[in-house]
Amino acid sequence: MNTATDTTAVSMPARRTIGGREIAAVLIWLGLLLAPLWLPALGGYMNLASRVLIYAMVATGLNLLLGYTGGLSFGHAAYFGLGAYGTGLFLIHVSNSLPLAILAGTLLGGLAGILVGPMVMRRKGIYFSMITIAFGQMFYFIAVRWNSLTGGEDGLTGFSRVPLHFGSTTVDLGATNFYYLVLGLFALVMLIVWQILRSPMGHTFVATRENPMRLRFLGVAVDRQIWAAFAISTFIAALAGSLNALLTSFASPDNLGWQLSGSFVVICVLGGMRSFWGPFLGAIIYVAAQDYLSSATQNWMTFIGLIFVLAVLFFPDGLLGFLKGRTRS
Amino acid sequence: MSLLELTKVGRRFGAIQALDDISLTVEEGELRAIIGPNGAGKTTLFNLISGSFPPSEGQIRFDGQPITAVNPDTLVRRGIIRTFQITQVFLSLSVYQNLRVAVETAMGLQLRPWISRRTRAEVEAKVEELVAVTRLGNKLDRIVGEMSHGDQRVVEIGIALSRHPRLLLLDEPTAGMGEEETHHMTDLIRRLNGDQGITIVFVEHDMAIVFGIADRITVLDNGTMLAEGTADEIAANPRVQAAYLGSELEETAA
Repeated sequence: MNTATDTTAVSMPARRTIGGREIAAVLIWLGLLLAPLWLPALGGYMNLASRVLIYAMVATGLNLLLGYTGGLSFGHAAYFGLGAYGTGLFLIHVSNSLPLAILAGTLLGGLAGILVGPMVMRRKGIYFSMITIAFGQMFYFIAVRWNSLTGGEDGLTGFSRVPLHFGSTTVDLGATNFYYLVLGLFALVMLIVWQILRSPMGHTFVATRENPMRLRFLGVAVDRQIWAAFAISTFIAALAGSLNALLTSFASPDNLGWQLSGSFVVICVLGGMRSFWGPFLGAIIYVAAQDYLSSATQNWMTFIGLIFVLAVLFFPDGLLGFLKGRTRS
Repeated sequence: MSLLELTKVGRRFGAIQALDDISLTVEEGELRAIIGPNGAGKTTLFNLISGSFPPSEGQIRFDGQPITAVNPDTLVRRGIIRTFQITQVFLSLSVYQNLRVAVETAMGLQLRPWISRRTRAEVEAKVEELVAVTRLGNKLDRIVGEMSHGDQRVVEIGIALSRHPRLLLLDEPTAGMGEEETHHMTDLIRRLNGDQGITIVFVEHDMAIVFGIADRITVLDNGTMLAEGTADEIAANPRVQAAYLGSELEETAA
């Protein structure tokens, strides 16, 4: 993968024309909208499609930090998990309003991200990764230890997808309807990230990845850029976690753990960290492999690992180029 | 009042006295060259002026205000901008993207996820200005990392110009350049100083450039100031001739 193909960040001064990129985007959205029609024919099911979108959501958010700003976080599952627990606990203890429960989970994880951000934003390279893992594990152990609230190692149960109410009409969230709810929120996340990437904020994120020292000597507070990217990505991770809890009616400590954090990074690298749709592609590969391989073999992670190694070998500009860039700074 | 004023400035690194008793003034609109052999303290002097680290002794004033212990961010806002010996640009971005992010951050937009049509037009107009000054118009969509060293240097100066510098510090602007690139760079420096009225201090090894364009020249040697004056004065200074320039200078001045 050549850096020159850094798609979304590139916007030439030349006039815009409708090209392959726009056509591909239309096809992707059409395919997602019509998924209930074609997915069963391929042996898929709607909950699988929802899981793809949830993972694509968190990976796209993470990639804002990882691929565009150059911060390798190995702790994003913490915010995903906080979103899951926040939504579950809200439904159990506060109110059974679904929109409010999603909002509660998203805010819980996102606010945690805002608070953790200042403590990680000054670290460089591997230290950044280590401290994000440390904070992630902190939330993991809280979830495991705080038995009375979280259900400890057994996870949090006792909540489910309550129907949505629009005035007098009630919509039950069966697998297909829930998929459309997830798709709507996925579209919202993609729109937000797309808008950020074409804004001065996104341009400065990319410049932070490219040369933080140059930015600093232009009087830009680079730490704040990293904080912003971190916080935005944790909000998105928390939203995805919230939806995941609703998908499975379950929140587990594994939702917060470093293995899942690693999977999110793998998804970004698999699909391509320098492109807008890369994490989405990675999520399809990852979730499909998980679903099909795990029914065939318990060692499905081995195959994910193999795919990952091949991806890194064939796209050396992915992870390797990134690490180089960080050590230079 | 001089734009930049150094009074008895010194800098120690442990036991090493990198700079000692430097007093110099640079007037508004001046084009000043700093020369001296390797290790004379030229880059240390730049680092002191641009706030990378404070001097051990002495005082630095910019526009009448002391800037001795002011951090680089604040100095940038006051109008002191520097380039580095190793070119600092955004390598995997295009020329246009480099200049655009420079303009956007100069306007304080770095945390804005959305800007109005009018602000966008303002950004574009400012990028256009930088493009016009640097004459990079036919290279806007080139990836900077794939361009020649000389072109990267010009992009770097374009980025610096986004801050509307009052004092531009250029560390070896023509180092490693071919004849044509050097010519472009000196032409750019002359235009920035002459047309835009930007005060420029530059470190340079190429004596032909130094004596060709500088208003005044400061000679450093071994951390101390050896001489200062116009090109003619420096060329005629026996201490400079003896210590540093020798026959090379006579050839250039002839």
